[in-house]
Amino acid sequence: MSKANLLDRRQIVSTLLANRKDVVAIGGLGASTNDMCAAGDHARNFYLWGGMGGAAMIGLGLALAQPKLPVLVITGDGEMLMGLGSFATIGLQKPANLSIAVLDNEAYGETGGQTSHTSAAVDLVGVAKACGIPDSRAISTMAEVEAFAKAVHDVQAGPRFANMKIDNAALERILPTRDGTYIVNRLRGDLGFAPI
Amino acid sequence: MHARTDAADETAASWPDDIFATLQRFDVRQVPYVPDAGHSRLIERVLASSTMRGVSLTTEEEGVALLAGAWAGGQRGVLLMQSSGVGNCINMLSLIPILRFPFLTLVTMRGEWGEFNPWQVPMGSTTQGVFELSGVQVLRASLAAEVPAVLGAAASQAYYALTPTAVLLSQRLIGAKVFTK
Repeated sequence: MSKANLLDRRQIVSTLLANRKDVVAIGGLGASTNDMCAAGDHARNFYLWGGMGGAAMIGLGLALAQPKLPVLVITGDGEMLMGLGSFATIGLQKPANLSIAVLDNEAYGETGGQTSHTSAAVDLVGVAKACGIPDSRAISTMAEVEAFAKAVHDVQAGPRFANMKIDNAALERILPTRDGTYIVNRLRGDLGFAPI
Repeated sequence: MHARTDAADETAASWPDDIFATLQRFDVRQVPYVPDAGHSRLIERVLASSTMRGVSLTTEEEGVALLAGAWAGGQRGVLLMQSSGVGNCINMLSLIPILRFPFLTLVTMRGEWGEFNPWQVPMGSTTQGVFELSGVQVLRASLAAEVPAVLGAAASQAYYALTPTAVLLSQRLIGAKVFTK
């Protein structure tokens, strides 16, 4: 299967995080969390290696706790599909500082490339809009990715969602730390919170 | 709305307010919930509060992930649900030991103490076991008078010692749901 305008996932994530300033970024289980690491490790990177379906809700909890900080969730179509209800919960709360970007390869890339629901039936942009997130974009060019990366810094106008169709190229795995306690405490420390 | 037993009506005014006061004392800021009749008074108090954010969920596991994010952002939270929702959380509970964030949940029990609906019994019977297998300590309050002490102990160990803790609010406390007269 070959489609036009499929973007490169690493190029997308590098662009989203290139001028990140104070952005807190959450990487969903799977290749997305690796893409974040490939773009450069950072104290404000929250890498997930489990809890599939929870990335957007972790983003909501962070966004509500830190309303002045831009919070960006970067995850895959399979991970987002498992937490589809979180669109409804976020649509209800309307956190103005929360952005969600889905890297949509229409497949479960980590488990053998089985096709996901977005390959044939599900339009995540439509789902997000119907759940109360009007700023929901189907992105197919790097110019649109750059515009979304800028919008992430506007903490008054969210929540916002972007679905980005990506190619299925096999990439070298760039693995972040797997120590969850370290990841969270490093992030908390960077936000100014002392250990308990 | 369904009627409650007389015993529950007599105590309905006080123990949810005791819980709310404890949550305030511990500076709890985010309160994700799936509605339950037994939590209705507490949810009203949370939604009327200027310091707490009530977050209505579509399924309970969302609340576990929300609390992880809240902690990363410097806030404490508590998850409100009923016993049938505990099963929905199981995989997401794995975040608690991995990320080591304070986890407190208050669970209104069904499937016990005069239950009318057999469909509530299987999950109600395994609620405590599911928590314990998942590394969450279980405390229980069966009488209104013991709610403040149990909540205080639960909040202390959850927020100060990072001991994942569930408080089961017994159906004896909240009153069995009445379907028939």
